[in-house]
Amino acid sequence: MNEFLTAGGVGLGNGAVYALLALGFVIIYKSMQVISFAQPAFMMAGAILVSYLSPRFGFWVGALLGVIAIAAVALIVERVAIRPMVGKAVFVIAIITIGVDIVVRVVAGSFVGVDPRSIGDPWGLEAITIGGVRFQERHIAAILAAAIIVTLLFAFFRYTRIGLAMRAAALDQEAAMAQGVSIGTVFAVSWGLAGALAAVAGVFAASGNVIDRSLWMLALVALPVIILGGLDSLGGAVLGGLIIGLVEAVVRTYHSTWFPFLGTNTGSIAPYVLMLLVLLVRPHGLFGTKEVERV
Amino acid sequence: MTTIQEPPVADRKPRRPRRARGRTELYTSYGQEMSLLNTRGKQLGVLAIIAIAAYLPLGLEDDMLAVLGGGLVLAIGAIGLNLLTGYAGQVSLGHAFFVGLGAYTAAVLSGDPDGRYLGFGITNPLIWIPAAGAVAAIAGFLVAPLATRLRGLYLAVVTLGLVFIGQYFFLEWRSMSGGAQVGRDAATPILFGIDLTRNGAYSDEQKLFWFFLVVLIIFALLARNIARSKVGRAFSAVRDRDIAAGVMGVELSRYKQIAFVISSFYAGVCGSLLFVLNGHVSAEQFGLLLSVQFIAMVLIGGVATISGSIMGALLIALLPQIAAEVPHLLPFISSSARESPNIFELEIAMYGVLIIAFLLFEPRGLYGIWMRIRTYWKGFPFSY
Repeated sequence: MNEFLTAGGVGLGNGAVYALLALGFVIIYKSMQVISFAQPAFMMAGAILVSYLSPRFGFWVGALLGVIAIAAVALIVERVAIRPMVGKAVFVIAIITIGVDIVVRVVAGSFVGVDPRSIGDPWGLEAITIGGVRFQERHIAAILAAAIIVTLLFAFFRYTRIGLAMRAAALDQEAAMAQGVSIGTVFAVSWGLAGALAAVAGVFAASGNVIDRSLWMLALVALPVIILGGLDSLGGAVLGGLIIGLVEAVVRTYHSTWFPFLGTNTGSIAPYVLMLLVLLVRPHGLFGTKEVERV
Repeated sequence: MTTIQEPPVADRKPRRPRRARGRTELYTSYGQEMSLLNTRGKQLGVLAIIAIAAYLPLGLEDDMLAVLGGGLVLAIGAIGLNLLTGYAGQVSLGHAFFVGLGAYTAAVLSGDPDGRYLGFGITNPLIWIPAAGAVAAIAGFLVAPLATRLRGLYLAVVTLGLVFIGQYFFLEWRSMSGGAQVGRDAATPILFGIDLTRNGAYSDEQKLFWFFLVVLIIFALLARNIARSKVGRAFSAVRDRDIAAGVMGVELSRYKQIAFVISSFYAGVCGSLLFVLNGHVSAEQFGLLLSVQFIAMVLIGGVATISGSIMGALLIALLPQIAAEVPHLLPFISSSARESPNIFELEIAMYGVLIIAFLLFEPRGLYGIWMRIRTYWKGFPFSY
């Protein structure tokens, strides 16, 4: 049982990181109906930037500056590469984001260098024991941070003017424009938010680890998360993130008893297998809106 | 009351419709317009290109031939992806998985039966090329029912998942693939008793180039025929508006499935040949980057054109060479992998930049550039 609870703690911690990333994907999807494949690059860039800033300014200020900087980068990318394409096929825009992802990743990766980098987080690998079960502090921090950010986000969409405008644009872009919503602002804010969320996720993904060029691979797990939760559901992204995180950690813990014939690393493909299984039953994910089909 | 005079049927001799001289685009029958190469210019042009390509091995250095030969093989895979993504509109990021299946099928079939890894010793490429295609096609057939239920970006992400799951199994099934970072020998082509990977009267690069060229021509013609047949038109209908196509009587799931199977077959064939040149297959190569490279070939070459796929594949194959030339022009870019920025990073970044630039400024790709040049000369001296 303790083993299972430990796996659960790890799973929820990673799941919180996935949820933050998935929220970024979903916010962009809701505003432009596009999956931004650039999120993994923003996450990696965020972690690397914070690793440069935190020795100078301390972890908290460094992380904040890093998050703001990545949000700014995302804003610029949106303005330069995405905005001219608005109105074109979504697939084309999605492929452009793949291009952006590659470029940002190469540029960020060139700052990794040969020496191991860390983001200088205050918790490292320390763990606390609750009721005989060890929980790593970085996982608890990730869960807390995710909870606070999710609450703030929902409040933002619920109570602010621009949040309301974004909900309106997500519901019906043309109708929102007719009511005086500036779609450009909505796009910009959604990319900025997504960039910031990716950077926060990057900070927690890199905490306790050494940053290397393969960090972005972790962000790809957010793709099964959003498919599982449904591309346009914020709640689905959070729940999907936690589910995927848990399943991954549990499979990692028990794979030798469950799938002894399948090698050593089944945890890494568990999210994708789960995604395929869910899609067989529900093609729009667990909470996604079913598309209205009309000619 | 007037009687309509029937034209005397018996007098009309079934004549082969002739082309009006000097009026290359005046078609006198449907057959002419629908034909494979419908203008004299295209016929001559294609012949000339094939002739030049066939002569290249005699005139170029072996290094360059190896690069171009790789481009010819990539073109087969790019054509396959273009049939699926360009013609049928099904976005797939999973092409690398099918390429991998083809590569391993061919490697296993042609592998040494007494060697360290699974092998059957069938070195005749006339057997292992179709077999590699068939195995990939079967995989495509099995994936298709899931894929046809999904649309657009859901499909893109799911096919991306396929790459990760596939790569995992390639890595873990060590007796088949050789495992991580080890890999196994690629398929050996021994055609009519001649080992194409050994130097004989001609160097291996020359022989392989000719071999790849023949295979590419066969598959390009096949794809062109698929594209202009009933199946191809059904693909376009599905791409343009699938629900509307369904209303008109195009069986959506069937045609999406056909698209997947054909595209996977092409990917398998491409995979079986892709590693013949350097003689080595390893599981790491079938990752996301390969899928993105194929997407880049399709987009840079030109969506829904066969010739565009070939141009795109050749450009992508030449990118490492182009990147290697850059340090001469921009001295701050290093050619050593230890320093940053280096040419390997530059090469990968160039995929990204090329994808973005083409989509922003020339959405029809290299084919679109060619169309512009053609239109310019057609319309000369009028610029519109």
